[in-house]
Amino acid sequence: MADPLYRAAPPAALRVEPLGELTLIFDRRSMQTHVVAPPMPQILDAMGDDICSAAVIAERLSVAFDIERAGGAASIIAERLDELAALGLVAAA
Amino acid sequence: MRYATRIAVGPVQFRIGSDWRAPIAALERLYAGYPRDDARAADATVRLFAARPWRRWLRPSVHIGGDFTVPDALPLPLSMGLLAAEMGMNLQVALGWRRHLLLHASAVARDGRALVMSGESGSGKSTLAALLGEEGWRLMGDEFTLVDPVSGDALAFPRAVSLKNAAIGEVAERVAPGRLGPLLARTPKGDIRHLIPRAEAIAAMHEPARPALILFPRFGGEAAVEPMGEGEAFVRLTEASTNYVALGEAGFATLARLVRETPAFAVSYPDSASGRALVEGLWAEAVR
Repeated sequence: MADPLYRAAPPAALRVEPLGELTLIFDRRSMQTHVVAPPMPQILDAMGDDICSAAVIAERLSVAFDIERAGGAASIIAERLDELAALGLVAAA
Repeated sequence: MRYATRIAVGPVQFRIGSDWRAPIAALERLYAGYPRDDARAADATVRLFAARPWRRWLRPSVHIGGDFTVPDALPLPLSMGLLAAEMGMNLQVALGWRRHLLLHASAVARDGRALVMSGESGSGKSTLAALLGEEGWRLMGDEFTLVDPVSGDALAFPRAVSLKNAAIGEVAERVAPGRLGPLLARTPKGDIRHLIPRAEAIAAMHEPARPALILFPRFGGEAAVEPMGEGEAFVRLTEASTNYVALGEAGFATLARLVRETPAFAVSYPDSASGRALVEGLWAEAVR
């Protein structure tokens, strides 16, 4: 089965406020406040406006943070994408 | 309504009507020293009404109404009309106010800076604020603190302080008897007696104060101080706000700014004296 593809919420829909180790995200569409921890904000940043799979995001994060690509990274990111989709912060594309 | 009065507490102008004279007279005595502007439009209306017309005379009980009502609010006996009025005023502000972020928190100020204390009923936030208000601090409010979305300042809501149970004796021994309301014994919230804030606090009720310190007090247990991260303080204050959701993005931005700019601590204290000592120590650090 092909990797699921996602698109992040448009930047204008979100107000993002980093707060210490956590990040607050206000979704103007749902009027909901989300309090998220890493790597959620980093995943949203890495996606930009593109349609992405977990593997593409893992690749971008490894470049952005200059970390070696670990074997399980894509599967962890796939789980986080599922959670972000449940919050409405990413949507299946 | 047969009897009515107007009371201004901080930015809120109340219109309070009642089927009986007694609760209005009691309110007018408690709020005699507050500035009054009857020409101003009311922001919130509280009605204390008899459930049935004849109940005004026979075993009278007070129902609370207004712009907002809670369907399950219990009727109270007329002897507790003052408590019913207070509950009605709180309810109208908690549910109806939109101009500021409303926090269920007490606040005191010194040198133009505010200490905000948030906690559940029984945390001691109200008693601590009342005691600090007698010791060189300006009492801003024992129940609600308003935060201005534009400036980020705290605004006072210095209603008459609702002292409960053991706090009544502790405060009564420090203040002139004329500043205390009647004892309301055995209410659903225990014994209650109101304290009229000091005249200076009432005179300064329109002066904003920049928050300098947020505390989450807990009465009981060993004295302890625990720094609180910005994220946890944010979440706890959303829970302590009655209108966070209604304000939408303005509430989000106001609260994010508040916790980012203001250090927060959870404090436990075994008695009022150690609570006040903890507050003074943390305050000295915060405003240094």
